[in-house]
Amino acid sequence: MPLDRDPADRDYKVVGHRHNRPDGIDKVTGRAKFGADMAAPGLLHGKILRSPHAHARIKSIDVSKALALEGVKAIVTAADFPDNPAVLEDGELTNIRYNVMAREKALYDGHAVAAVAASNPRIAAKALKLIEVDYEVLPHVVDVELAMKDDAPILHDHIRTEGVEDAPDRPTNIAERIELGYGDVEAGFAEADVVIERQFRTGAAHQGYIEPHACLANISGDGSGDLWCCTQGQFMVRDVCAQLNGMDVSKLRVTPSEIGGGFGGKTTVFIEPVAVALSRKAGKPVKIVMNRGEVFRATGPTASSAIWVKMGCKKDGTITAAQAEFKYQGGAFPGSPVSMGAMTAFACYQPKTLKAIGWDVVTNRPKQAAYRAPGAPMAAFAVESIVEELAHTIGMDPVDFRLKNAATSGSKSSYGPTYSDIGLVETLEAVKAHPNYAIKLGPNQGRGVASGFWFNFGGQTAVTLNLNIDGTVALSVGTPDIGGSRASMCAMAAEELGIPYHHVQTIIADTGSLGFNDVTDGSRVTFASGLATIEAARNAVKVLCQRAAKIWGIPADAVTWENGCAVPAGPNAGEFPPMTIKELAKQAGATGGPIAGHFEVSADGAGPSFATHLVDAEVDRETGRITILRYLIVQDAGKAVSPAYVEGQMQGGAVQGIGWALNEEYIYNDKGVMENPGFLDYRVPVASDLPMIDTQIVEVPNPGHPYGVRGVGETSIVPPLGAVANAVAAAVGARPEELPMSPPRLLKLMKEQAQPLAAE
Amino acid sequence: MARVKLWGSLSRMADGQKEFEIDAPNIDRMLTALGEAAPKLKPILAKGVTVSIDGTLYRLDKFQAIQPDSEVYILPRMAGG
Amino acid sequence: MSQVHVTTKINGDTTEYLCDAEETLLDVLRDRLQMTGSKEGCGTGDCGACTVIMDGRPVCSCLVLGAEAEGRSVETIEGMAKGEELHPLQRHFLNGAALQCGICTPGILVAAKALLAQNANPTETEIRYWLAGNLCRCTGYDKIIRAVQSAAAEMRGESHAA
Repeated sequence: MPLDRDPADRDYKVVGHRHNRPDGIDKVTGRAKFGADMAAPGLLHGKILRSPHAHARIKSIDVSKALALEGVKAIVTAADFPDNPAVLEDGELTNIRYNVMAREKALYDGHAVAAVAASNPRIAAKALKLIEVDYEVLPHVVDVELAMKDDAPILHDHIRTEGVEDAPDRPTNIAERIELGYGDVEAGFAEADVVIERQFRTGAAHQGYIEPHACLANISGDGSGDLWCCTQGQFMVRDVCAQLNGMDVSKLRVTPSEIGGGFGGKTTVFIEPVAVALSRKAGKPVKIVMNRGEVFRATGPTASSAIWVKMGCKKDGTITAAQAEFKYQGGAFPGSPVSMGAMTAFACYQPKTLKAIGWDVVTNRPKQAAYRAPGAPMAAFAVESIVEELAHTIGMDPVDFRLKNAATSGSKSSYGPTYSDIGLVETLEAVKAHPNYAIKLGPNQGRGVASGFWFNFGGQTAVTLNLNIDGTVALSVGTPDIGGSRASMCAMAAEELGIPYHHVQTIIADTGSLGFNDVTDGSRVTFASGLATIEAARNAVKVLCQRAAKIWGIPADAVTWENGCAVPAGPNAGEFPPMTIKELAKQAGATGGPIAGHFEVSADGAGPSFATHLVDAEVDRETGRITILRYLIVQDAGKAVSPAYVEGQMQGGAVQGIGWALNEEYIYNDKGVMENPGFLDYRVPVASDLPMIDTQIVEVPNPGHPYGVRGVGETSIVPPLGAVANAVAAAVGARPEELPMSPPRLLKLMKEQAQPLAAE
Repeated sequence: MARVKLWGSLSRMADGQKEFEIDAPNIDRMLTALGEAAPKLKPILAKGVTVSIDGTLYRLDKFQAIQPDSEVYILPRMAGG
Repeated sequence: MSQVHVTTKINGDTTEYLCDAEETLLDVLRDRLQMTGSKEGCGTGDCGACTVIMDGRPVCSCLVLGAEAEGRSVETIEGMAKGEELHPLQRHFLNGAALQCGICTPGILVAAKALLAQNANPTETEIRYWLAGNLCRCTGYDKIIRAVQSAAAEMRGESHAA
């Protein structure tokens, strides 16, 4: 769907203005219903027994004592998810089935082993203790580099390394090797005046949504039923749950609750197929709500990584060579986002030569799930650290260095294709011109810059728009609203129809009421559901014009739509006063029936978003504590439909990145058991950790959307890791190579490496 | 004839060949022709790839038109958060 | 095991319920009284999503037993608006885009109300430390802090309603 026309010429009446979101009142009054807020008559409560071992063979499970407990109504284990063709034909579905309920082995601390439904949660908890599991504990591995060694404990007998010729035919934890690049990097390094290489490591960070996974399944005796849950994609939940339970997809209706954060972590299933199985077995509604410990131990954080980067540049700043090796562990199953890491790593720049290798590795950790720009932030951390160091080494301003090498509209991306219109240069120039860039720093303070890139995606999308009797509009979309997207949909529909914002009500439809929609991911909703909303509204306008033509007795093409009214297209069409949408709505029955518009599409052309972040940090040399003094985000939004919520996405992503940089990581003991599965010890940023987060929206229209919209949700988490590390490096005179930069690590770094800062 | 370029690792499965000249009106036909030219690529193409045509990424639409002078890249499957 | 009979005041109304001895106030509110506005994010007092005001003090209702509410006065998010009229904090959160997913919002609103009851003119730092026990993963807190500041200003009569 191409850009309509030069957006500078377009006078938007609704889009781009600040409106209150339609779901806002319910969310400030406690009325909004989230995953755990649903109840049903005769409700049972489900709980899940989880492996206390990082790696263990399950020799037997005896549920007899638990079943005998009064109030226990059903118990399920892996045996309740039998083989069926839909599962066996799809490798990822097979992995999901194994992940939601352990089969031959428990593959990580927290892996589900059995589940109970009982008349109240306290009885269910007691029943879990009565289930007897005979484990044979096996050696485990949680570190990416240890897992790659020849003598590492092996998780899966069937894995052979893909992407390697002549790989030995024996089991390995290395699921895949990937490679990309162009040119001769050795020649590139030979041409360079300065070459820097370093080895980096990043911890596994969890999405940390405040709402734990929750669902309520209600399956009838005939095998059909309903599922209510918090998810980023109700259609994905329906399809996966039905297939794992051997049901026809048509027999399961999934209704998405309000969702209390996802960030990618709710793009898959964990408890939902289990609740369906329990409900079917018990013949009663079953609700499962995870506790926070389960969220940490058994849902998907992102990959931890070991990354080696080497880059060379000439004295004038030209990057002549870039080389990197990315090792990502994605938990107990293949699928870490290492290829995305490798592709995004250098996407902000135009190195003359490039070679990148990536390894996807399995370990005894929970199966990773998508987390905001999956794979990109850790890669950007490593690359931006070296970029900053190269700039300092040749004595060039770090923003100028980035501008010298920046990807531009029409330049070839480091991962291959040529960029269409992009806004990286605009973000860099805005940072340079911002007052924050000129503030003088004090002792123990440092300034860091970093840029970031994310592809953004479209995906399958269906939208239906219905005109009500009073001229207001009911809009149904199929992409859960995580951060205020309903407001953007209302604005785009209102803009097209020429009616006030509050005349449109957007609902998130259940799977029985709308065509298939892919999950809310890839920063796709404002782009793809927005695009489909615009087209659905345009289709409704066509019908409206036909109805007016019918009433006026003139040809349909002699009617046009202006400011919410049908009007004759020109003087030859005849003289009729404008007919409002309200008048047409009222006569819908008499002019041919209900008036609606719908649109279904596999949306592509999302258009990448770039950002540059600028941060000032101060280091306490005694305690190792890092304080963020100032933070500026400049990001290209293409066209900001709801500016306040675009700023919110930028701020939220940056703060998640700050958490990843400073505190957040999975910590394992020597038994492979997670030691910090709670918010007290897995420390996400709190209000007192932070300053205000300054934002500046740049608008370089995306040629693939009628209004020029780009996704904004993910790019904002890409630069902060590098930006904060660069600020800390400047403050202490030593370069952090391991994230998070927790106080003990920073103290060690300062002790071992810190040099007095050269006057810059 | 559109020039179809293979993303890094994929060229290993095409005996090191990084670029193919393929005459095909759309993605679906192009992928079929590519699979015939480099049979080892077939399973990877069947698993799903992302196709870039003149800079726009197509993850799903197999019937997107390819112009004779289009720049086409075959990239790995992609997903966001 | 017999249940505990509790008489308490919730949002100004005398309320009676039976609960198990080990049941939290949060579970009583949500499961027995169908007041699901208070949320459980952690169950260990770390996230603040379940914040209610008990006898004037903000508490994590996941750390209070249902039985402990006997004879007390409890204020929840459900009692914050008066009929159709939103509390200024609710209005400023809405107008200032201080919520994204909305799961932490009830707890933060209740905690902020308790702050403004004892400090009508808090500094940015005071607001940040007061709300340090209420996690928000979506907003980065910026717009939350600003919304509390502007609501406080309005409540002091210094600015017009948002």
